[in-house]
Order: sequence, then structure tokens, then C-alpha cells
Amino acid sequence: MAGIPHDHYEPKTDGQKWLHTRLPVVGLLYDTLMIPTPKNLNWMWIWGIVLTFCLALQIITGIVLAMHYTPHVDQAFASVEHIMRNVNGGYMLRYMHMNGASLFFVAVYAHIFRGLYYGSYKAPREITWIIGMLIYLLMMATGFMGYVLPWGQMSFWGATVITGLFGAIPFIGDSLQTLLLGGPAVDNATLNRFFSLHYLLPFVIAGLVIVHIWAFHTTGNNNPTGVEVRRGSKEEAQKDTLPFWPYFVIKDLFALAVILAVFFAIVGFMPNYLGHPDNYIEANPLSTPAHIVPEWYFLPFYAILRAFTAEVWVVQIASFVTGGIIDAKFFGVLAMFGAIAVMALVPWLDTSSVRSGRYRPMFKWWFALLVIDFFALMWLGAMPAEEPYASLSLIASAYWFGYFLVILPLLGVIEKPMAQPDTIEADFAKNKAAKTGGTKTLVTPAE
Amino acid sequence: MIKKTIISAVVAMGLTSSAAFAAGAEAHVENYDFSFEGPFGAFDVNQLQRGLKVYTQVCSACHGLTYVPIRTLSDDGGPQLPEDQVRAYAGNFEVFDASLDDFRPATPVDHFPGSALETAPDLSLMAKKRAGFHGPYGLGINQFFKGMGGPEYIASLLTGYEEAPECAPEDFPGSYNKAFPNGGIPEECKDEHGHVTIEGSWIAMAQPLYGDDVEFDDGHEATIESEAMDVSAFLMWTAEPKLMARKQAGFAGVVFLTLLSVLLYLTNKRLWAPVKRKED
Repeated sequence: MAGIPHDHYEPKTDGQKWLHTRLPVVGLLYDTLMIPTPKNLNWMWIWGIVLTFCLALQIITGIVLAMHYTPHVDQAFASVEHIMRNVNGGYMLRYMHMNGASLFFVAVYAHIFRGLYYGSYKAPREITWIIGMLIYLLMMATGFMGYVLPWGQMSFWGATVITGLFGAIPFIGDSLQTLLLGGPAVDNATLNRFFSLHYLLPFVIAGLVIVHIWAFHTTGNNNPTGVEVRRGSKEEAQKDTLPFWPYFVIKDLFALAVILAVFFAIVGFMPNYLGHPDNYIEANPLSTPAHIVPEWYFLPFYAILRAFTAEVWVVQIASFVTGGIIDAKFFGVLAMFGAIAVMALVPWLDTSSVRSGRYRPMFKWWFALLVIDFFALMWLGAMPAEEPYASLSLIASAYWFGYFLVILPLLGVIEKPMAQPDTIEADFAKNKAAKTGGTKTLVTPAE
Repeated sequence: MIKKTIISAVVAMGLTSSAAFAAGAEAHVENYDFSFEGPFGAFDVNQLQRGLKVYTQVCSACHGLTYVPIRTLSDDGGPQLPEDQVRAYAGNFEVFDASLDDFRPATPVDHFPGSALETAPDLSLMAKKRAGFHGPYGLGINQFFKGMGGPEYIASLLTGYEEAPECAPEDFPGSYNKAFPNGGIPEECKDEHGHVTIEGSWIAMAQPLYGDDVEFDDGHEATIESEAMDVSAFLMWTAEPKLMARKQAGFAGVVFLTLLSVLLYLTNKRLWAPVKRKED
């Protein structure tokens, strides 16, 4: 199915031919596994396997957890404690599922920022990028709803705050919020629908993952140079590529094993480090926690949501122009979703003809700043809504939008890119020579 | 045993040190060394049994342990009481039996009763839900490197009762505790900007431990500090009864995956060697 010429599956025995003429499933698997892959892929290309593993881990542990969990406001919290205390290995299942969500988001952020640096979103890979963004959105929805299920204080109040955001939408907000909650406030109906959807969405994600893989198997992988694989003939393509199996499968599995060693250390030795202690207090609608903080992976966007208060002049203008329809709360909601939307639209916002950030001298610095900005927003999202954090959040949010809406379109015009290698083969040989020749090449951290 | 380095941890509700900036109350959590800290830490069975005694003779008068089945007192990785002792111990409690429509003595399969005093919080998960100081600057460094958590908070609270600071009026309700972050603070103890000038706050619970409140069967000294540490360790067990099994599973996982990583590294190197050599 790939556009890169390569050997396809040939059934040999009568049995293979019989099956192949009726259902070419072996051929499909063979072509998927043997896809020609640029041989210069670096270690930032391992996150796809990590993500696939995470999805499988979450589905498997989640299905078993669901066997012992009770989605009822009176019993949810106790049923989680039942899992932790009485179910065989239940504590490991739950801690793996809890921290599995964190690993999932670590991997997805690494994967997204890799794509942003090496221009993996550029033509012809826009569909891959858009599908990826949809997967990311669904992951956030799934993660959020999963966090509500233990029915602790943060579950309850997090759900109250986030569903309240939908209530901020003009005209339809109230009905939308009621639909989400199944009533006027977070209650048993909310817990039930969140449980149902939390079980459903991972399978939708799995479906989209297949489409994601299908899309980039059609265009071929991007690679650190951004230079396309030569497709003139099979021989030419083979100089730039190696089959996915075994070269990249083994490489990726090695990386996965290292990452899982760290993961098991966290699950075994400090499983609650990334969680919020308040979630070990059963939900109480009458007692609001001092600080409602979302999970760490939502913090950057939570910071953007909170940055746009009624004092900000952009918000005041928007409110004035729309006759008050866009108030501060709704503006914050628009900004939060807008922050993801500009990222999704990056294939059309980036005007540079050069794909990889490696050959873009100015882009490199702005990109590094974006990574710093992301971590700054993450920290600010956990800080209270007061000075100096409010002003810092506003600056950091402005940079996020500035990067996608101003800097990327402008850079394509004003930047003078460096020379790119002619072929992937040449790049691979050069890297090899640099490593064996004794001269240490400096590599940017993003690589 | 107790590190003399006293750190002033910011007690915040979460990943953040936000309470320090918002609510104002800073509290004093001492970094006790518990046997179960660190990747290889394990519960001290004697300490858990002493802690159970402190809980039974002092805390249980008001506080319950609703999520803890009494039978688990004999489990591995717990206080490991012999089963006949667990049965005898269970008989100390009365539980309501719906099928009898009456109270009956508890058996090992029952859970500990709930709090006898309505305002007293259940202690089952206290050691996990009070691990919320995540300083400094919300970066969680104290928790990561010093193993600070709920047990430190509980022990600090139990030993944190002190003479009320001079700024407070005599009749201010509750008891002053330098480790308690969320209680009432008299207006007199705040400066003109509303910032609190003292550590801790006023807690509704009267001082529960004074030293020599219980007599330990193993002859261990019963100072207020050792009693507080023992009951904190016990409450860590009630909150995380599978802590030791979890650490063992984690350790096995890390060892196995490290070995697997080495093997995969070598496989990968061997696999790619001809490809890389060809380029020379």
C-alpha cells in the first residue's frame, strides 16, 4: 500500500494461495510489517510504538478494572478501595492504569513535538497529522473522564469545573452542560455516562490509530532530514530505506523496554507521585477543595484557559465587539480549544518549503522557545490564579498563539534555510562517518 | 532516628505549593525516617503492632477505619497478628448486622467500624490523602528525595500541639497545632495584608497523645514521638496495605526490564552492524 516500491507478499503453498485469493490478510500484515522505512530515523521516532503499547496496556488493565468497579456515587470510591485491597493484584492493575495514563501523555507530547520540529505535518502528511490531533483530543476526553471514576474530591470538582466550561458557551451552553452531566449538577448520571464513554472511547482511538498508520504508510514515514525517500525504482528506494521488520521493530522494542523500566520504578516505588492526594478523599459536593488542579497533562491548556481574565484588553475588546456574548469565561474556553486548534492547523500555517527544523536556522530557536513555553505553561497551570502567575500565564499563552499564527507563517518568508542533504542515504552515511571519525557532532536536544 | 533537619513544608492541596500563596497558612512537617521509605523500605512488623495498639487504645475512641477488613491484620506485609488473636481482637468491636437487624460482635471478615464521633474523619486513607505538600515551588522535590508523605504529616500533627502563640486570644476555639494547615486562625495573628504570621492553625481535635498513653508489650519506650511514629506507620499500612508486595513487584519489573533492555540493545547493535558497516 505504500508509495515506495518494495517487494510484496507472494503466496507460495496451495494453502496460502487459497487464503490469499479469498482474504489477503497475510499480505496485508506482511506489507504493513515490511514497509520500507527511512534508515536514518533517530530516537525520537520510537514514541509511536510506546503509544501503541500504552493504548493496549490501558485497554487491558481497564477491562479488568471494570470487572471490579461499581459506577455508582455511593459505591465507586469504596469499589476502588476494594480493588486496591481485596482483588488479586488489583493494586498493581490500578496503579499501572493510573500511571499508564501519564506515560501515554508523556509519549504523545514527545510524539507531537517531534512532529512539530521535523515538519512531519507538512504535505503530503496533513491527514496523518489531523488524525493524530483527533486521537490526542479523544485521549484528553478519555483521560478526563477516567479521572472522574474513582469519585474522589478532585474527580468531582474537576468534573464540575470542566463541564462548567461548556456552560460558558453562549445560547446552547446550558443545555449542552445538562446533556453532559445528565442533570443540573455532577451526580450519579454523570458518573454513569462518563464510565460508559470512558470504556467506549479507547476503541474509537484504536480505530483512529489504524487510520493514522494507514495514512503514513501511504505517504511513507518522515525522517530527520525531511528529504523524501527516492521512489524511482526498488533499488533506489532500498538505498534510502530498510524494512520495518526487523530493523525498527527491534530498535523500538529496545527503547520501549528502557522506558518501561522507568515506568515500573514509578508504579512500584512512587505510584501516587503524579496523582493528587485529595483524590483519596471521597467526593463531597458540600466541601470545595482549596485548590482544584487538573492532572499534569492538562495543565498547559488549563493555564491558557485561566490566562484570559476580564482584565485583559483582548478580552475586553472581544466582549465589546460582540456585545457581551463573548465574556471572559467563554473567551478562556475559546482560547483553550483554540490553542489545540492552531496546532491542528499547523500544516497550513507553516509556509516554509523546508520540512525539517534541522535545516532552518531561525526556526530552531523559536521552536526551542515553544518547548520552554509548554513547560512554563504546565507549571503555571498548577499555580494559583494570582500575580505574578496570572501575568506570566498571559505572556506564555500569547507566545503559544504567536508561534503558530505569526512566527511560523513569517519564518517561511524571511528565513534562509541551510543546505539539505540530497538523499537519506547521504545523511545516513554522514552521520555514520561523524560517529566513527572521532569528531563529535553536536546534536540539538530535540533530536 | 529522627532527622533533626526540620523543613518547613508548604502544605498545599496538590501538585502545587499554592496554599502558601493563597490561604496563607504554612505548616511545619518534620521529615521523620520511616522504615518503609525508599524502593527497598519495608514495614516493621513490631512497629505496626505497636501502632495498632495506639490506634485501638487512643484513636479508635473517635476515629474509624471503614475500608480496612479486620482479617487483614494477619496478612503478610501487615501487622501479622496470629489468626486467633485477630478473632479475639475483632470481638472488641460491635457491628450492625442487617440480617439480624441488630448489633453483634465483629468477626475477622467484618471491616473496622466507622468513626464513633461524627466530626472525626475516617483514618483508613489518611496517610495517602494528607501527602499533599509538594514543595518547594510545586516541584515535588521534598517528596521525591526525602520520601516525605502522609506519615510525616500525621506524626508531625500528633506531636505538633504547642502553647498557643501570644498573638492569639485565650478563648479562640480549638487547639493550636503547628503542623495543621487548614484550621482557623485568629485575625490577631495576621498582618495588615491578611498574611498569617504564625505556623500552623487551630484544630478541633484536642491533643490525643502525651507520652506513656499505652504500654507496649515489647517493652518499647512510649514517648509521644515514638507513639506518634508507630501510629503513623500503622496508618500508612491501613492506607496502603499492599505496599511491600507492590515494591517487590516493581523491583522485579525493573530488574526484568533492565535485563531485557540489555539483550535488546545487543540484538539491535548486531542487527544494524552490517547496515552501518556497508557505508564505510
